[in-house]
Amino acid sequence: MLQLEIDGKQIEVPEGSTVMDAARQIGTFIPHFCYHKKLSIAASCRMCLVQVEKAPKPMPACATPVTNGMKVMTRSEVAVKAQKDVMEFLLINHPLDCPICDQGGECQLQDLSVGYGGMASRYQEEKRVVVNKNLGPLVSTDMTRCIHCTRCVRFTAEIGGFQEMGQAFRNEHAEIMPFIESTVDTELSGNIIDLCPVGALTSKPFRFSARAWEMSRRKSVSPHDGLGSNLVVQTKLDRVKRVLPLENEDVNECWLSDKDRFSYEGLTAEDRITRPMIKEGGQWREVDWHTALEFAAKAVKGAAAEHGAASLGALASPHSTLEELYLLQKLVRGLGCDNVDFRLRQSDFSADGKRMGVPWLGMKIAQIPKLDRVLVVGSFLRKDHPLLALRLRQAARKGTQVSVIHPTRDALFMPLAARAVVAPDQMVGTLAQVAQALAGIKGVALDASVPAVTVGDEAKKMAESLASGANGAVFLGNLAQQHACASTLHFLAEEISRVGGLTLGFLGEAANSVGGYLAGALPAVDGLNAARMLAEPRKAYVVLGAEPELDCADGAQALAAMEAAQAVIVLSPFKGRATEYASVILPVAPFTETSGTFVNTEGRVQSFNAVVRPLDETRPGWKVLRVLGNLLGHSGFDYDSSEAVRHDLLGESAEVSSKLSNGLSRIAVTLKPAAAGLQRVADVPIHFADSLVRRAESLQKTKDARPPMAAMNAATLAGLGLSAGDKVKVKQGAGVAVLSAALDDTIAAGCVRVSAAHPTTCGLGAGEITVERV
Amino acid sequence: MLSQEAQKQIDREVAKYPADQKQSAVMSALRIAQVEKGWLAPETIAAVADYLGMAPIAVYEVASFYNMYDLSPVGRFKLTVCTNLPCALSGGVHAADYLKHKLGIGFNETTPDGKFTLKEGECMGACGDAPAMLVNNHRLCGWMTPDQIDKLLAELE
Ligand code: SF4
Ligand code: FES
Ligand code: FES
Repeated sequence: MLQLEIDGKQIEVPEGSTVMDAARQIGTFIPHFCYHKKLSIAASCRMCLVQVEKAPKPMPACATPVTNGMKVMTRSEVAVKAQKDVMEFLLINHPLDCPICDQGGECQLQDLSVGYGGMASRYQEEKRVVVNKNLGPLVSTDMTRCIHCTRCVRFTAEIGGFQEMGQAFRNEHAEIMPFIESTVDTELSGNIIDLCPVGALTSKPFRFSARAWEMSRRKSVSPHDGLGSNLVVQTKLDRVKRVLPLENEDVNECWLSDKDRFSYEGLTAEDRITRPMIKEGGQWREVDWHTALEFAAKAVKGAAAEHGAASLGALASPHSTLEELYLLQKLVRGLGCDNVDFRLRQSDFSADGKRMGVPWLGMKIAQIPKLDRVLVVGSFLRKDHPLLALRLRQAARKGTQVSVIHPTRDALFMPLAARAVVAPDQMVGTLAQVAQALAGIKGVALDASVPAVTVGDEAKKMAESLASGANGAVFLGNLAQQHACASTLHFLAEEISRVGGLTLGFLGEAANSVGGYLAGALPAVDGLNAARMLAEPRKAYVVLGAEPELDCADGAQALAAMEAAQAVIVLSPFKGRATEYASVILPVAPFTETSGTFVNTEGRVQSFNAVVRPLDETRPGWKVLRVLGNLLGHSGFDYDSSEAVRHDLLGESAEVSSKLSNGLSRIAVTLKPAAAGLQRVADVPIHFADSLVRRAESLQKTKDARPPMAAMNAATLAGLGLSAGDKVKVKQGAGVAVLSAALDDTIAAGCVRVSAAHPTTCGLGAGEITVERV
Repeated sequence: MLSQEAQKQIDREVAKYPADQKQSAVMSALRIAQVEKGWLAPETIAAVADYLGMAPIAVYEVASFYNMYDLSPVGRFKLTVCTNLPCALSGGVHAADYLKHKLGIGFNETTPDGKFTLKEGECMGACGDAPAMLVNNHRLCGWMTPDQIDKLLAELE
């Protein structure tokens, strides 16, 4: 520990601290621009100059290491003079037109110039003008305002993992820019807006639509991936204007994925439905809530009376709130029906009844950076879990050995210890190889149900890596969870964890992937799971927040089941294709208009309030389900708040950790020989993954939202006699899609990557897939 | 994108650095690429980036920082006149003016026949021989008085 004095205050800091670190520790503010606690030190702005005793000139606090006995003066005459001088230099080329700048009111330069700037500019000469850059649909530029702090550059290089921005040219001509004709395209690019201390980088969707001081700031929780990023939602006149990160070191740190940040645009989508609608005699008409709810209750009751309670089915989006999920299952169970599920994209349910608890991350999110060995199985890591990938990247760059088993060689922007790019049906075999190799190294026997395999080089490398660590983990990603042999993968991963002394974790796919289990929104006794409810069509469905054709594993089958049903009750903020098959659409609130709870992948129970009033006649889902429950004559449906619903489910303490477990009782592992035909790799693209983000206009213009293609590696493409750009007919199950063929050498041999959850591919079914020229 | 020969030359440069620090060879790689292609087009920069496993913008930062790299096409002979202080005090500006007058072009321009490009350069470490000039980056000429310039121009065919 080192002793120093800052402005007369004595403090102790660990070796290696800078003066800035020390000052922050005691809450002393030193003005700065380029310094950021999560980025490397650039010391390029010089705003943080302070006086240090015995130093001949002012020193930059952000880049000056503390030495023992150091005396720092941050407000002395010398320091303040230096700071004021720097400010004058910074303002030489900076436009002084804050009233027309989008950053006005929340600009660090504006704020600091109040404290350190002169009343008038002494500089009368011409100012520098810099041409704006096109950074894509999310980030707007005003490059003349740039003060070259390089925060944006360092963010893309160090946190995003791929340097998308740089400082080109030199001296007076220096410009911050992306590579010629390039845009910023990673799933984290929006963070540079927050980082930019001036108005050079601002939000394109939000641009010039409100002033910082006109908006209220309300806390919320992101409804998208399993992380549950904490949000500040800024609103004006009951409209969401912008979403910013709410700093939470344990969850999202100070970052947001672009999906979390810009999905709010979907809230005002064209097909937002704001009044209840019913279909009578083939005609849709708007009705009041009472009529709609009566209608819905009657339809459900009618089907149950006519065909038995088991003829009902309830499908819920895993992005629904905990309260909605809980009430939905309670509603269905009240009718004596066990057919309810929220795991819409899952296809293998054989682990049901064998699970020892609710599958979860297996650890705290904040523990990820402390892992020294990681094996990730079946995950489009960056796109499925942008901020978990970020944490893992930071760890990998500091020496954590990460290995990956996955059908595509995605750019993860992190060093990998080993990587097996194998077709989906070979993932089981590869995992078995790792298990066997690891068991061999550790001298521990594997469960008898794991068949002997020949261990390949890559699997051996993975096992060696895993065996050499002290604190390792195996993570099952979305693809592994949606895999046709998901439970086998689960079991093998558990075996690997057991023999290797590792932690097993599930990377939660959606905001309530854990919450859905806690709420009991899945069959408990003899009910049908999501897949069977569609494969064995029901007479009536209740659909909560989902668009079955896009959100279910087999979109074609889901649509057919909906169309064939005699009644479909849809609770959703959006019409989508519901008008084609529903009998009643109840406009329920998206996350911004209702209170509720998401339980994130680490089991953190995060409740939130509505940030705006429900749009028009929209109502919070939990209230709608409550009334439906009452109309159906169920008891126990008289909650007066969403908290009451949560209390009913989780108790006062909302303690869930005792329910979490990734344990699984034995599953017989069978290895399949490599399939002869083509296999589909169906990723759920980041911006198609749920009904809200699908409608977010600016996100839909990003490269991540490009329409699906039939992508294959060169050999597979040639084997089918195709070349890139060919129009091809893709057939799977009963469905057909016409796409263009694309060359993508990151895809495992014998596979075709056809993204799911998109209107052009949702007609495809499951199972074998063929691709041929049109 | 880069020829076999260029790649071989770059490999030789890369070998001078530790295996995980290929990017250290970026300046040499850009020089090699420029000699081969005449100038550094965006695709050439991207090819160098790809070859060294760097982000294209990181290579562009280097290429745009040093003025011996050409980011737009140049004539057959690129004449770079030093205008830094020591040269400026000893006739550097005059040398440049004389060239501009003779060739009928300004800095960063190319004669219509595509023969000459005129550039302003930074100190070439030859201040004692001021005014200093470079021909095509690799040939340094000192004492460039008007008659010397005439001689040089006559000789460049
Ligand atoms: S654009 Fe903003 S963040 Fe980037 S260097 Fe300029 S001022 Fe800094
Ligand atoms: S904050 Fe220290 S130099 Fe910029
Ligand atoms: S100033 Fe011209 S060569 Fe040094």
